[in-house]
Amino acid sequence: MKRRNWVALAAGAIFLAACGGSGEGDGPAIKPFTPNEPFDPDPYPSTYSAYPNAPVLITNATILDGEGARIEDGSLLLQDGKVAAIGADLEVPEGATVIDAEGRWVTPGIIDNHSHLGAYPSPSVSAHQDGNEVSGPVTAEVWVEHGIWPQDPGFDRALAGGVTSLQVLPGSANLFGGRGITLKNVASRTVQGMKFPGAPYTLKMACGENPKRVYGYGNGGFPGGAPYSRMGNMAGYRAAWIKAAEYKRKWDKYSAEGGEMPSRDLELDTLAGVLAGEILVHMHCYRADEMAQIMDMSKEFGYKVTAFHHAVESYKIADKLADYGACSSMWADWWGFKMEAYDGIPENIPMVHNAGACAIVHSDSDIGIQRLNQEAAKAWADGKRVGIDVPIEEAWEWLSLNPAKSLGIDSRTGSLKPGKMADVVIWSGNPFSVYTKADQVFIDGALMYDRSDNSVRPVRDFELGQPGEGDMK
Amino acid sequence: MIRKLMASAAIAAVAAFGASAQTYVLEGKKVWTGTDAGTIDNGVVVIRNGTIMAVGPSATTKPEGAEVISAEWVTPGLISAFSRTGIIEVDAEDSTNDAVAALSGFSASLDASDGFNPDDTAVDVSRLGGVTRVAVAPQPSTNLFAGQGFIADTTGSQETDIKPDAFTFITLGEGGAGLAGGSRPAAWAQLRAALDDARAYPTRYIAGGEGDVLSRRDAEALAPAARGRQLILIDARSATDLNAVMDLAESNRNLKFAILGADEGWRVADRLAKLKIPVIVYGFANLPVSFAQLAATQENAARLDEAGVQVAIVNLDDSTHMARLMTQIAGNAVANGMDWNDAMKALTVTPASIYGLSGYGILAPGAHADVVAWDGDPLEVTTNADAVFIDGEPQDMTSRQTELRDRYLSLEQTDRPYAYVKP
Repeated sequence: MKRRNWVALAAGAIFLAACGGSGEGDGPAIKPFTPNEPFDPDPYPSTYSAYPNAPVLITNATILDGEGARIEDGSLLLQDGKVAAIGADLEVPEGATVIDAEGRWVTPGIIDNHSHLGAYPSPSVSAHQDGNEVSGPVTAEVWVEHGIWPQDPGFDRALAGGVTSLQVLPGSANLFGGRGITLKNVASRTVQGMKFPGAPYTLKMACGENPKRVYGYGNGGFPGGAPYSRMGNMAGYRAAWIKAAEYKRKWDKYSAEGGEMPSRDLELDTLAGVLAGEILVHMHCYRADEMAQIMDMSKEFGYKVTAFHHAVESYKIADKLADYGACSSMWADWWGFKMEAYDGIPENIPMVHNAGACAIVHSDSDIGIQRLNQEAAKAWADGKRVGIDVPIEEAWEWLSLNPAKSLGIDSRTGSLKPGKMADVVIWSGNPFSVYTKADQVFIDGALMYDRSDNSVRPVRDFELGQPGEGDMK
Repeated sequence: MIRKLMASAAIAAVAAFGASAQTYVLEGKKVWTGTDAGTIDNGVVVIRNGTIMAVGPSATTKPEGAEVISAEWVTPGLISAFSRTGIIEVDAEDSTNDAVAALSGFSASLDASDGFNPDDTAVDVSRLGGVTRVAVAPQPSTNLFAGQGFIADTTGSQETDIKPDAFTFITLGEGGAGLAGGSRPAAWAQLRAALDDARAYPTRYIAGGEGDVLSRRDAEALAPAARGRQLILIDARSATDLNAVMDLAESNRNLKFAILGADEGWRVADRLAKLKIPVIVYGFANLPVSFAQLAATQENAARLDEAGVQVAIVNLDDSTHMARLMTQIAGNAVANGMDWNDAMKALTVTPASIYGLSGYGILAPGAHADVVAWDGDPLEVTTNADAVFIDGEPQDMTSRQTELRDRYLSLEQTDRPYAYVKP
């Protein structure tokens, strides 16, 4: 019996356990195309593998393990790309570099699950607007990885802010914007050299004002086209899901019974992948009432929304979001720039957390991504002022573990549990202080950024030979 | 914490002189003055009749009947050196956006204060963030000349203190090139011709003569700036654009300039210092967003400050709703090398100096009583304002945001919808 993979969830994952490769050059062998499958589900596979590094023992640090625990005078051992041990007193392995982190803090690397780096890169010139396939309201057929420019200096700035993984999403013009991708924040000549091995694909969808503004009021005419209203938004999603369900039925039948192979449709490949539970839905949605409609729609068609993004009104329905099991991916304090952002409040994140729902601090910004720790700190302090007293060690879940969950990579990164990827930041002090900087950033155990060492600070091609090349940014 | 010294006397005083006669004492574990007095440990600020009466150590005499507010920190009210607070309610809704006028026939004469609405919700949000005054400019729409900027307090009152015509705002660099017809040469041709038009006002316009660029009303509005009687604020980013502005300044010594943006200002910092041209920077700018910002760095503010340039720090990323983030941005400037005291001045003393607001931005006897009590270091991201005084009056610390928050703070089911929960 034939088996159909909508996407390759596991491709490459197995290889990650292999020790330090040379990264983009000799990446792991990819899952081969097999005649048993009608087409390759992973045609642009990750070529990333961990960069080599001697074992590192960090000592005397205040460690937030990312799962709610805080260890004073703690030690952390990074070995073979993994968190090898965490505790009070650890033995120094042979050949290990010891970093005395007296007075400093150590956390899991920050994961931003809403970025457009590379797709809307710097410089933001007309030739670089690759984040939105505005040509139609349903463009589930596009993959953002095909629009990412790996020379975006924004990746380096994010690294200096302690970001070790990120999800790049298509924009929010469309009802279905296309596939998102999860990246390791490592410099590379290619997008494939940045792709987080084995991370599931995601689908970007958008609620509300953007799709109806772009399509309904667009094209210089009145009316532009569909959707023109929120009613049209919902009808547009539902029509697409009906087509996707039919498409999936055909392929499931073909997989089970053979016969004539159905014709392939890139758009429906992705939507059917969602219905099969293999592609995670990340949906731009500001208003509480719209999120409630979307949750019902997902039940109508048998899929799940993994995370609502921006979600400025999540605080109004945090109980419903907790029951449903969707994360809210939020700014600390953005509000007011359009009507659906009008009810934004700075206590949104702690109020969602307080209701037992999954809270995530996201950026959607090449500036915000550089200091997500500060964004979390603002929300944390604003919560405290209204009696929502979350310990810092728990609040850090907004920055690493919860976004990892939303990307389906939490078993491999997002906390400092032994065996997980050694994605680690050493901060100059308490990362909830404005005066604190990321001193050193490790990705899979390799030192990829060092604030005090120019040789360990990447410079993308675009900045070479330009004013300010290699400067402290 | 608020308590009364001899409460009965206070009530009598209010009865006799009205609310403005109330005397307030602010006690701060740290009182940052913005003056040579520096930061006073366990300091006291006495306010009466809208004016600061005394600033000193804990032994300072506290008038009987004064209401006492104790806080971790006490500082002057913050002054946002560049903002759109009060002229935009919701950016994306044209009907509520009075910053831009793409179809207007006017430019330099557009007066942003005509669009100021003290009821805009961002005014309250800014005040709750410790911002007591905002410098507000229109957005350039049809040419380089955005129009006239103003300074307003953030009381949200219909009696808001507004200082109109505080400065003329002009955009150069890439933005100016686009507005002037497509190139920097086009922008400079327009600017030079407009300055000539304004200098020739009203002579050349009498008897029906026309300007090369400016209509009669626009020439009239630009005339004070063109004659050195009004500040010209210019948006420019790259070192090359900044040098071009400084060339203009050198050949027009009577004109008064300040620069907004100046992302590459650190590269020409010595010249800016020599010409005494102050800059208003967005401290987070550190990406080559355009070819005019290639050398942008978060150390810009520190390097300019070190070179002796007057530096104000603002938020240019949603300056309408989030002017208050100037504290976080200044804190980051400190993390990137700026002296803490100078970073505080960049939010208070320096904006007051740029706009000639004498007696604002400092805590000193005789100064205007715009004062903020904070629950921590004002530049820390975890700090909030506990109390805000504007012209000596304690301000309401609620906003539409706090009401929304309080409505939904508890999601326990009640027997009526949330619309019945009125905070």
